[in-house]
Amino acid sequence: MINYRGIRSIYAFEMGRTLRTIGQSIASPVISTVLYFIVFGSAMGSRIQTMDGVPYGAFIVPGLIMLTVLGQSVSNASFGIYFPRFTGTIYEILSAPLSFIEIVLGYVGAAASKSIIIGAIVLTTAGFFVPLHIAHPLWMIFFLIMTSVTFSLMGFIIGIWADGFEKLQLIPLLIITPLTFLGGSFYSVKMLPPFWYQISLINPVVYLISGFRWSFYEQGDVSLMTSVTMIAVFTALSLVIIAHIFKTGYRLRK
Amino acid sequence: MTQPQTAIAISSLTKTYANGFQALAGIDLDIKRGEIFALLGPNGAGKTTLISAICGIVQPTTGSIKVCGYDSVADYRQARMAIGLVPQELTTDAFESVWNTVSFSRGLFGKPRNPVYIEQLLKNLSLWDKKDEQIRRLSGGMKRRVMIAKALSHEPEILFLDEPTAGVDVELRKSMWAQVRALQQTGVTVILTTHYIEEAEEMADRIGVINKGRLIVTESKDTLMHKMGKRQMAFTLRDALQAIPPALSHYALVLTEGGRKLTYTYDATQNGNDVSDLLEQFKTHHIRPTEIDSYRSSLEDIFIQLVEA
Repeated sequence: MINYRGIRSIYAFEMGRTLRTIGQSIASPVISTVLYFIVFGSAMGSRIQTMDGVPYGAFIVPGLIMLTVLGQSVSNASFGIYFPRFTGTIYEILSAPLSFIEIVLGYVGAAASKSIIIGAIVLTTAGFFVPLHIAHPLWMIFFLIMTSVTFSLMGFIIGIWADGFEKLQLIPLLIITPLTFLGGSFYSVKMLPPFWYQISLINPVVYLISGFRWSFYEQGDVSLMTSVTMIAVFTALSLVIIAHIFKTGYRLRK
Repeated sequence: MTQPQTAIAISSLTKTYANGFQALAGIDLDIKRGEIFALLGPNGAGKTTLISAICGIVQPTTGSIKVCGYDSVADYRQARMAIGLVPQELTTDAFESVWNTVSFSRGLFGKPRNPVYIEQLLKNLSLWDKKDEQIRRLSGGMKRRVMIAKALSHEPEILFLDEPTAGVDVELRKSMWAQVRALQQTGVTVILTTHYIEEAEEMADRIGVINKGRLIVTESKDTLMHKMGKRQMAFTLRDALQAIPPALSHYALVLTEGGRKLTYTYDATQNGNDVSDLLEQFKTHHIRPTEIDSYRSSLEDIFIQLVEA
C-alpha cells in the first residue's frame, strides 16, 4: 500500500510554496545567468576564441545551467524539510500514515521539479545570448533530471542534519559552490596542470558538467560512460544515507 | 482486533531520550472507545512524550502500543489513520489559507477530497467565514481551532488534544469543551492533557495522573473523587471551647482559632448519620455553632495530594 495522496499533498504543498514566490524563484536565476553571460560570455569570451572547438559563450551554457540547478536543488530541498522542522509543523508529517520513502518522494520530487524548471528557464535565457545547439536532447534531459534528483536528495539530507539556519547555508556555501566553480563550469578541467587535473577528478561535479556538456557539443572532460557511472554512484550514495536516516529516525523521530 | 472496546492499549511503554533522560518509565494504559480521558500531570511528567509515542512522533524505547488493535510500529499506517493530533504548540503554515491547510492535512492521511465534509467541519468550528484567510491573520483562539480542524480533517476515531485550552480565554474554553462533547457524541474517543484541573473535572470520564514518567492513578473521575475526596465541615462557635469534650474524641475534630473553630473531617465513602449524630452531641455538650461551612476536596486537592506523595 502506498499513500499516493499523501505524496501528492506534500508535492503540491511544496510547489505551491514556490508559486507564491514565483517572482523570486525565476528572477534570481535569470538575473544571475544574464550577469554571467555579460561578464564571461561577452566581456571575457570575446578574447577567448574557442574551447574544445566550441565558441566560449556557448561553451559555458551547460556549466551555467548546472551551477544554477545544483544550487537550487540543494537550497530548495534543504529548506523544504528544514523549515517545517524549524516551525514545528513537521509533527503533522510524522504523525501521518506516510513512510519515510513517501516523505522523501514528496519533498525531493518537488525540489527536483523546481530545479528542472529553473534549468529550462536558464537554458532559454542563454538562447538569447548564444545560438543553442543540443546534440543529444535525451541525454541532456537525462543529466538534468539525474542532477536535480541527486542534489535534491543531498539537500534533503542537509535539511535534516542542520540544526540552525547557519548550518543550512554552510554546506552550499563551503562545498557546493566551490565544487561547481572548480568543476569546470567555465573552463575545461583538461586545461589544468596534470596534478590539479587529477585532483579535480575527485570532484563529483566534474562528471556532471562533463556529461551535460557532452550532451550539447559531444565534448566532455571525461567519457560519457564515466559520467553516467559517477552520477549513479552519487545517487546511490545519497540513497544509502537517506536509508540510514530512515532506519535511525535521525533528527526526525526522537 | 481482540478488544474492540479498547481504542488504545499501551503496555510496558518506556522512553529514554538520547541524552539519557527517561521520560516514560513503564506505562500500562487502556483507553476505552468513546470515552474522554484526561491525562494530568505536572510539567515534564511525560504527558507530551506519551502522546507523541502513540502518534508516531517519538520512537518508544520498549513496550507496545496498539491503536484500534493495530500495532503503532508494525501497522503504523492503520494505527495513524485512526488518530488526529492537536499538538500543544500553535504550529501552522502561516501563509496558507485555512481551507488549504485543512485540505492538505486530509491529503496527507491519504483520504480523497471531500469538500462537503471540510465545509461542515469548518462550520462546526466557526471557521467557515475565515476559510480563505491566511492563518497568520487569525487570532490565537482561531489558530487553535484551525489545528483542531486539521486534526479532524481525515475523520479520525481518536482525537488527541495536548493542552487544548492553554492560553485560551474562558468563553472560548467553554465553547471548546462543548465542541469536544459534541465530538464524543459522534463516537470519537478524546484524550486530552491539561494543566487546568478544572477542565479535567468538567470534561473527563476517566482520569490518569502521570508523574515522573509513571501513571500513578487511572480511575474514573467519580471514583477518584470519591476515593480520594475529603469532606470537611467547619463550625464557627459562639462560645470558645477550651478542649474537645472526651465524649467526642472518636470524631476527627480539630479545634482552632482559640477554640472558636471546630473542624470535622469525614470520609465521603462512609455514608451514615455522622453529621446529625455529631450535631446531637453538640447539643448535649452545649456547643453552639453560629455558622457551618462545608468543603469538598476538588480534583486539584486530590491531584496535589497524589503528585506530592
